Amino acid sequence: MSSLPVEPVETRSPGEPPAAARTAWRVGTVIEARPETSSARRIILDIPDWPGNDAGQHLDVRLTAPDGYQVQRSYSIASAGLGSRVELAVDELPEGEVSPFLVEDLQVGDKLEVHGPLGGYFVWMPQSVTHDLRPVQLIAGGSGVVPLLAMVRSHAATADPTPFRLLYAVREQGDVFYRQELLQLAMSGLTLDFVYSRRAPRDWPVPAGRITKEALAAFAIPASEKPRVFICGSTGFVELVAGWLIELGHAAGDIRTERFGGS
Amino acid sequence: MSFITRGFSGRSRDRDPRLPPGQTKVEDWPVLSAGPTPKVDPEVWSFTVTTETGAQTHWSWDELRALGLEDIETDIHCVTHWSKLAMKWRGVPLDKILAGIPTHAGYVMAHSYGGYTTNVPLPELLNGQSWVAFEADGAPLEPEHGGPARLLVPHLYFWKSAKWVNGLTLMDSNDPGFWEQSGYSLHGDPWKEERYW
Repeated sequence: MSSLPVEPVETRSPGEPPAAARTAWRVGTVIEARPETSSARRIILDIPDWPGNDAGQHLDVRLTAPDGYQVQRSYSIASAGLGSRVELAVDELPEGEVSPFLVEDLQVGDKLEVHGPLGGYFVWMPQSVTHDLRPVQLIAGGSGVVPLLAMVRSHAATADPTPFRLLYAVREQGDVFYRQELLQLAMSGLTLDFVYSRRAPRDWPVPAGRITKEALAAFAIPASEKPRVFICGSTGFVELVAGWLIELGHAAGDIRTERFGGS
Repeated sequence: MSFITRGFSGRSRDRDPRLPPGQTKVEDWPVLSAGPTPKVDPEVWSFTVTTETGAQTHWSWDELRALGLEDIETDIHCVTHWSKLAMKWRGVPLDKILAGIPTHAGYVMAHSYGGYTTNVPLPELLNGQSWVAFEADGAPLEPEHGGPARLLVPHLYFWKSAKWVNGLTLMDSNDPGFWEQSGYSLHGDPWKEERYW
């Protein structure tokens, strides 16, 4: 886990508890679970002592088998702000150990151990907190849209005036997470672009195929506007896109990345 | 104070004893970093040690490697719950880099191309515990894994093994580095699960 800081990490507002109190093991109850796509599931937890989270943060989930065997995984949080309602969207990895349980077996009413909120760098905070007037470009590869959705939601919920644009690279329309919600947000302040890698909808102006530098240049806020950029996706996707953004003139320090971890 | 997760049995009980708590073995090598990958040419690469008095020592790529490369076999543990076992590395031990440098400092800040920093107590870098690594599993380090050179401190969570490393600053106090300022442990021992503050 190494990287590129550059801007100072945002500090918490006065009066908020320090991170030590904010991150702890907590128990959440599943209050809603429904299919998000053919391979993914939206899971909503009620975590009574959740301290709230910033848009883009993640949490750890710990599962315990009857004989004490435990596994932990990190998941981005799709929700942001205060309140005990915490939303995840989990894509099932065929060879995985935790994601198949969360997508196939977990039921409403079940309890889950979670640790968080975690991560203070890949986060977006409203202009009223950061006083940063620059536009924001979000770039998602597949299920990497989850932390970016939290940012889009937070942006809408706080009526933040920052120009927001989301470029969402996905295999086909059926794999789009939060499609209805994104389309609605696109009618009120979010600029939304899709790039389809496997199959594009009929009459889509861009043929299906892996994202290209040309598509990136066409659908991302240009470097001349000095946007802050958040990229989340697989390592290959992030490497490709971040490299092209540098070539297109974006400053490395304006680009923040998050990648899927292993297994 | 964990409880049994209803319906969860888990995939395997053959837990490798080399895995610290909360870790899962991976065969691939995941990549985690907070920004774009710097591309650093060994021709212009250099390594600088700065002591607590400000005195600096510089090495070029060839000079640093000439201090003596060692082969290392070790497990690595990422705070995001994956571990990769029995990896083969090649690098120069920090013992050789710091050998002639007078210091009373107790801590080190590692610095990287791109601006990344991470803090480690000095005694934990000595006596064969850390290296500046140039190769992993028989090949030069790929840029996304920290090439051309990264710090290797395998007994701590892997964010301490700074990618694209280009220097060390010796410090009297244990100042937090990049992730440490963001809530990650100042120390990061995987066997004690020192993940977060």
